[in-house]
Amino acid sequence: MLKFIAKRFAQGVLVLLAIYALTFFLVAMTPGSPFSGERAIRPEILAQIEAHYGYDRPFFERFWTSLSNAVRGEFGPSAVYANRSVTEIISESFPVSLKLGSLSLLLALLIGIPTGVIAAVKRNTLLDYVPMSTAMVGICLPTFVMGPLLALVFGLMLNLLPVSGWYGPRYMVLPAATLGLYYAAYFARLTRGGMLEMLNQDFVRTARAKGVPESTIVWKHCLKGGLIPAITFLGPALAGIISGSFVVETIFQIPGLGQWFVRGALNRDDFLILGLTVLFAALIVVMNLLADIAHVLLNPRLKYE
Amino acid sequence: MSRSLLKAPLRAVGVAIMCMTLFACGGAGRDRVADAAARDGILLIGNGSEPMALDPHLVTGVPENRIIASLIEGLIAYHPTDDDEPEPGVAESWEHNADHSLWRFRLRENARWTNGDPVTANDFVYSWRRMLSPELGSQYAEMLYVIRNAEAFHQGQIRDFNQVGVRALDERTLEVALKGSTPYFLSMLKHYSFYPVNPRAVEQFGGMTARQNNWSTVENYVGNGPFRLTQWTTNQIIKVEKNPDYWDAGRVRLNEIHFFPIENVRSEETAFLAGRLHITSTVSPDRIPTFRRENAEALRIDPYLGTYFFRLNVTRPPFNDPRVREALNLAVDRQTLVDRVAQGGQAPAAGFVPPGLDDYPAADRVQFNPDRARQLLAEAGFPGGRGFPRKEILINTSEAHRKIAEAIQAMWRQHLGIDVGIYNQEWKVYLDSQSNLDYDISRAGWIGDYPYPMTFLEIFTTGNGNNDTGWSNARYDALIRQAQSSGNEPDRLRLMREAEGILLSELPIVPIYWYTRTYLKDPRVQGWNPTLLDNRPYKYVWLEA
Repeated sequence: MLKFIAKRFAQGVLVLLAIYALTFFLVAMTPGSPFSGERAIRPEILAQIEAHYGYDRPFFERFWTSLSNAVRGEFGPSAVYANRSVTEIISESFPVSLKLGSLSLLLALLIGIPTGVIAAVKRNTLLDYVPMSTAMVGICLPTFVMGPLLALVFGLMLNLLPVSGWYGPRYMVLPAATLGLYYAAYFARLTRGGMLEMLNQDFVRTARAKGVPESTIVWKHCLKGGLIPAITFLGPALAGIISGSFVVETIFQIPGLGQWFVRGALNRDDFLILGLTVLFAALIVVMNLLADIAHVLLNPRLKYE
Repeated sequence: MSRSLLKAPLRAVGVAIMCMTLFACGGAGRDRVADAAARDGILLIGNGSEPMALDPHLVTGVPENRIIASLIEGLIAYHPTDDDEPEPGVAESWEHNADHSLWRFRLRENARWTNGDPVTANDFVYSWRRMLSPELGSQYAEMLYVIRNAEAFHQGQIRDFNQVGVRALDERTLEVALKGSTPYFLSMLKHYSFYPVNPRAVEQFGGMTARQNNWSTVENYVGNGPFRLTQWTTNQIIKVEKNPDYWDAGRVRLNEIHFFPIENVRSEETAFLAGRLHITSTVSPDRIPTFRRENAEALRIDPYLGTYFFRLNVTRPPFNDPRVREALNLAVDRQTLVDRVAQGGQAPAAGFVPPGLDDYPAADRVQFNPDRARQLLAEAGFPGGRGFPRKEILINTSEAHRKIAEAIQAMWRQHLGIDVGIYNQEWKVYLDSQSNLDYDISRAGWIGDYPYPMTFLEIFTTGNGNNDTGWSNARYDALIRQAQSSGNEPDRLRLMREAEGILLSELPIVPIYWYTRTYLKDPRVQGWNPTLLDNRPYKYVWLEA
């Protein structure tokens, strides 16, 4: 087990290094400057500013400085937002994204998994057809359709919920629902599939023959195995929630990371782009590692290798 | 299967839904945020994007300006209705010599910084020195080149700031010697590049020329304006409240202003309609007809000192031929474009300098004349558009720009028989392409920094960093130079008029329309007058509950 984790961890570090280098080179090759604007900037002023941020250094020296700082967790100042360091920006906005992401994921699991179980148990009845076709619609509706739709109905027409900002629990409902419902649909379909497979196993027939109550069969014997597809999907789902949150953050005016990611790229804020990319990459690596471990724990047929 | 089987999950879902409903209804009520805010004298403003800084010497953008205008006051303040009029700010009175090249400002005694310091003449000397220090790298330092020797100091040719034309005669008297006659100097002084900063705070948190200086964070901010900074939550809200120590605090009627950095125009509209904003930063053009129908009392269309135009790269044939450039201009039906495509009440641009300036009526020269356009194109060797090389219009990525470009593409096809393409680049790449002359035709806009024609005309002088067309005309350059040094206002106006005439006969550009500012405003907001530069004299604004 430890060996497995150590190996995957080492792989993760390598992946992160590769991503850092690639991002650094891509950013350096991208046309445009963080300091350009509609009004032209005089070359001598530009040179002053560039020197301040170290752009006048040779390329590999810049890469090395940047990498060694990054290893210490320092990503430098934002090239665009004066007085703010990348670390500050991340530490301000990451908790918001984390909260939105975990709420959405929780919602997705709370709705998706029970719905999937019910649909499997009540296969080919209305309790199967209705939720599953709704889920299909949910998967097909992207968040940029779902979000404004929810805002329109619950915010503007019914005036029940706020549609912009991030000031308290009420403000979290619509964004978390927008992001969560989409993944709830996925989880419902995956869980249904997993459960159906389990319910058709021989040991289930044996259990039924022995008179084990149906609820024990479903919840005790089948759920663990039936959840495997959903667990496998958790890693990618989290990645999706993080990258997908940009849309939701924009629609509902939420001060999270997603907005900075896009703004960093549009502003050519090199240091910010690097910091955020590394953070996202690290998150995804860690989440996939956790998902793998959970996968193996749940599925005795797999072994750590 | 028993019914009890489903109880557990159903209960979980039920609880989840109940929780959501409870959240939803708990304290929701029907009272909208904007209603309560209006009663409390809190103005809610949609402010576009997150400000990059609130240090007036480091910022360049409109969202920043709109906030800083509440926090800091310059020598001259914004007039409540007319951006051309000077209004006493920190300066209570001023005088100038006959040719407007030497100015003396008398500072008011009761102007105070929020840290208790009086605002003195030396603060301005310090601030302008900071602005002109090359180490600071302020992008707007050029605005101060109007001051004698400011350019030389900024470029490092002189190191002694005493040679620059600004000095404090005493605590309350500031004398400014300009490079030449500048009657519009008072208007320039309203620009944030001339704003003072508090020397004590700047020194304490990093020093005069440090780019990384924490004096302008929410904890440390020192201002002298009608409001003071109380909260700055990134990407969410910036709050300012009435400053009791402001010299004219008695006139300030708002208790607070909240600025919301809402970048997405649809989200901003939704926030306005849901009663969370009193004023939006803009309106999407395609929604204007809807708002005209359904929210006519909220939709505002104000004049704005700006020109929307295309640049033509005159270093690339066939745009090196003035006949081709004129043909392209004459084949654009600007009225139709404004009425059908832009739809924001803009005026068709028949010249470059927009209307609205005192003593300088807009030119009325570039007209729609398809017959003449065809004839010119034929003379240039492309009868009926035959043989015209394939050219492309460069736009920065935006639906609104694309629609304008498509309309013009269609007009050129219809009237000239030429086929141009359209391609978009993302903002920073587009800026690069434009300044490297790596384009054929490029969409552009120019907003005046102060209400005087020079802010438009000087960009097309040879070597100006904003020319970006490759066009150069010795006579034009000479006229602009003469106008800048002339001591006589009628002469200056005549010289600028003549220069614009050259620009409009050579036409390295295709003027398209003169801007308006379209936005939504809650009818309860009072004292909010249309101003040419969109300057915001917040101290005259109030809310009717």
